[in-house]
Amino acid sequence: MSDQQQLVTIEIDGIPLQAERGAPLIDVADAAGITIPRFCYHKKLSVAANCRMCLVEVERVPKPLPACSTPVNDGMRVHTRSPMVLAAQKAVMEFLLINHPLDCPICDQGGECELQDVSMAFGGDVSRFRERKRVVRNKNLGPLVATDMTRCIHCTRCVRFGEEIAGERELGLIGRGENAEIGTFIEKTLTSELSGNIIDLCPVGALTSKPFRYLARTWEIQQFPGVAPHDAVGSNIYIHVKGDRVMRVVPRENEAVNEVWISDRDRFSYQGLYSEDRLQAPMIKQEGRWQSVDWETALIAAAAGLQHVVQNDGPDAIGALASPSATLEEFYLLQKVARGLGCHNVDHRLLAQDFRDQAHAPLFPWLGQSLAELGKADVILLVGSNCRKEQPLINHRIRQAVRRGARIFVLNPIDYPFNYPLTKRLIANPKEMITHLAGIAKALNPKDPSAEAIGIPPNASPKEVEREIAEALRTGARCVILLGDIATAHPQAAHLRTLSAYIADHSESTLGTLTMGTNGAGAWIAGALPHRKAAGQNLETPGLDADTMIAQGRKGYVLLGVEPEIDCANSHLAAEAMINAEFVVSLTAYRTRPMEDYADILLPIALFAENTGTFVNAAGSWQSFASAVTPPGETRPAWKILRVLANLLDLNGFDYMDATQIRDELQVLVQNADSPEKKDRWRPEKLGEKVAEKTNDKQQLTRIGDMPIHAVDPLVRRAASLQKTPDAGEGVIRINSKLAGLLGIWEGESASAVQDGIEKTLPVVIDERVPDQCAWLPAGIPSSMGLGLRFGSIEISR
Amino acid sequence: MPENILSEHAQAEIDRWIAKYPPEQKRSALLAALREVQHENHGYLTVESMDAVAAYLDLPPIAVYEVASFYSMLETEPVGRHSVSVCTNISCLLRGAEEIVEHVEKKLGVKTGETTLDGRIFLKREEECLAACCGAPMMMVDHKYHEDLTPEKIDEILENLA
Ligand code: SF4
Ligand code: FES
Ligand code: FES
Repeated sequence: MSDQQQLVTIEIDGIPLQAERGAPLIDVADAAGITIPRFCYHKKLSVAANCRMCLVEVERVPKPLPACSTPVNDGMRVHTRSPMVLAAQKAVMEFLLINHPLDCPICDQGGECELQDVSMAFGGDVSRFRERKRVVRNKNLGPLVATDMTRCIHCTRCVRFGEEIAGERELGLIGRGENAEIGTFIEKTLTSELSGNIIDLCPVGALTSKPFRYLARTWEIQQFPGVAPHDAVGSNIYIHVKGDRVMRVVPRENEAVNEVWISDRDRFSYQGLYSEDRLQAPMIKQEGRWQSVDWETALIAAAAGLQHVVQNDGPDAIGALASPSATLEEFYLLQKVARGLGCHNVDHRLLAQDFRDQAHAPLFPWLGQSLAELGKADVILLVGSNCRKEQPLINHRIRQAVRRGARIFVLNPIDYPFNYPLTKRLIANPKEMITHLAGIAKALNPKDPSAEAIGIPPNASPKEVEREIAEALRTGARCVILLGDIATAHPQAAHLRTLSAYIADHSESTLGTLTMGTNGAGAWIAGALPHRKAAGQNLETPGLDADTMIAQGRKGYVLLGVEPEIDCANSHLAAEAMINAEFVVSLTAYRTRPMEDYADILLPIALFAENTGTFVNAAGSWQSFASAVTPPGETRPAWKILRVLANLLDLNGFDYMDATQIRDELQVLVQNADSPEKKDRWRPEKLGEKVAEKTNDKQQLTRIGDMPIHAVDPLVRRAASLQKTPDAGEGVIRINSKLAGLLGIWEGESASAVQDGIEKTLPVVIDERVPDQCAWLPAGIPSSMGLGLRFGSIEISR
Repeated sequence: MPENILSEHAQAEIDRWIAKYPPEQKRSALLAALREVQHENHGYLTVESMDAVAAYLDLPPIAVYEVASFYSMLETEPVGRHSVSVCTNISCLLRGAEEIVEHVEKKLGVKTGETTLDGRIFLKREEECLAACCGAPMMMVDHKYHEDLTPEKIDEILENLA
């Protein structure tokens, strides 16, 4: 390409400009700040040139040309405000308004409508059209997107978005001529995890936000920049506020992070801020009764409770568990408080079970590359990831790579649907995922004597697909291996990492991790870990990891934004550990039933839009944000709570004036640290034996307990609209027909699922995407709460 | 699996069309596929049959619905056994197409776009110029052209339909 890219000189409205030959005229004008009105053109979508609003005059061309589909050429002289153009714009505008209702005051888009704006600037003053306007029936697209289809101007941005970005065409142009309508033809709820973006794309009020509908006018709204709190991308957002209440969330453009998109989860989760179970004031349990108290009382009690545990049973009797979506500042203070008490039992890796390789970990697990680089990969192997739903915008980058011709391979326990073609897929029982990786490793380097040490059996004989994947990784120019949430939560996660690192080494691939929660990377940097202090300083005697803290139980717990019975790897054990503890202080935004049972003190914390802090995304960028609204009631940001708690515990070094000082202190630590190389990755390691889970030898079924997209954290679990989408997890047991036959269970019947002696009776769905000897029963949803390990053994019977 | 509902004959016919185009452009066979499937299903397409065609050609179902709803020779609702369409485009209009439509509607007792109660005749809503202007006014009955229409001629044609 580049040798053909030459600069040409053109002139727009008398201004000489340099541009790349063949660039769309509209882009060149945009870059020069010259306004050309448009409806159908969007810089991230293909050019449809169907609205004709962008007509301009080009000298020596007799008719006006659409700027969006006209490439620039040397010497081109363009006029955007000549009489010919003004007449054309006026005519197009009049044409577009023939069937468009002229009732902006009752339209939800009024005030932020491209049609309204362009009509004001370029259209006529009065309508000459007296005939009847056409009326188009509204479509029900589900709980997120509201429709007012009479307002549609058929620009097809929403249709092109489905095909080109969402990778799933759900909307189409139905019918012809004056009967043409945008719709789904059959009534259908949109299933794309990016569907909300069509709200922003739609230039008129045809597609608007359902949860936001008729709640505010744009001119009543104040806009604050923020960072989305749900995945490893940390999409940049604007928080729209009216009267100190978050009314909606929209994307903030950042080409390096989220481009111009956000996932539905990031867009609609703000609803969870206003959930009814929001905790409004600090509470203390006294003789079994919960009472609201002032902050001083609550914090003195919290400090006393912790000191009591330390005095009686030593600091090791305390366990601190943090949500992987807490801020960098919160992680840092939490570990600083715990370590100030002499306790290293701090962890954020709530859903992980295997920590054997933690000492060899990089400063923080990360993507291994920038998001843009990922979009340019040639071969990608996804290990244990339902990427599309786990990390919607990372998946979008992978899709970009596919559109450039990349080949994608997956190794997953469920045959998840992807919105791009997979070259090959290995769908295996979680246990066999190890075997498959070993097969790929073996195929890459059949004669490596050191391979056995990292768990590649010497007699392994790679299967056809494994060879093919190895070959693709070996020969591809830019290869990437990505470890997803399922790989991280896997009972043998360290083994998967080691094998993946080995494969990466022997195929010169980039190894990346899709980090946990919003700020998994930040948690590592801030030292929310048992074996490392802030900035990656290794400890000689590590504390207990999250899993051990739960399995062995602690006398006292500090919880930060965690609902252990939902967020931890083993729901049943987590709940039990909490109940058996003497003292639990929970920094939480919500007051829940289980928490009322096991906690002693509840301290209300601010959530994303109410908080100030920093998230580090999977690509390693530190993104800070300030609060947009005041948190409800007596709620305080967790970093302030931890600061006061530290002072009450007589710990030194907590005199921060604001969150920035905390971040700066950590930043200095990171800069000075002689820590594992900054952006290094996992390496193949010799691992110790993993103590196998006790299995009942009668039946060797494995549960696949992945997390549905809208169950990953307390906030999104309370976003009412998202919980109504098909992506909210279903409380059913899915097994394949072979297993159903063996167990004598029919589709639709109920079956009992037993883990750790806890039984749940749930409907069964026969689903061939589940491998043999496995039962797919998601975690994070009410129906599976109280069961055991997410990827542990399970008994299923009628 | 949805493709099972396509008859063997329909599949063979679709395959014949697929073979005419480059392999990555299977969608080019869509029109032919829909025509065939409609033909086998009493002159109209069901959602199931369109979904089956979509699966067969590797297309998102919406891409099939778009095409099916765009072309006036494809029907997506049940229709009568015979299909009658009167041209009302410019040449026919100048030669009295409006009266022709009026006569047909009266004769059949239905409005354009409707099917007679006995399910015998479907009067299509619209057909644009069928390229028989020299014989205007004209109408098409089940793929057959009838030109230089008069009310008497129409009565005879319609009465002869089984
Ligand atoms: S619904 Fe909106 S985005 Fe879609 S075609 Fe109509 S105007 Fe364009
Ligand atoms: S923006 Fe150019 S034709 Fe629509
Ligand atoms: S106008 Fe009727 S056939 Fe041409």
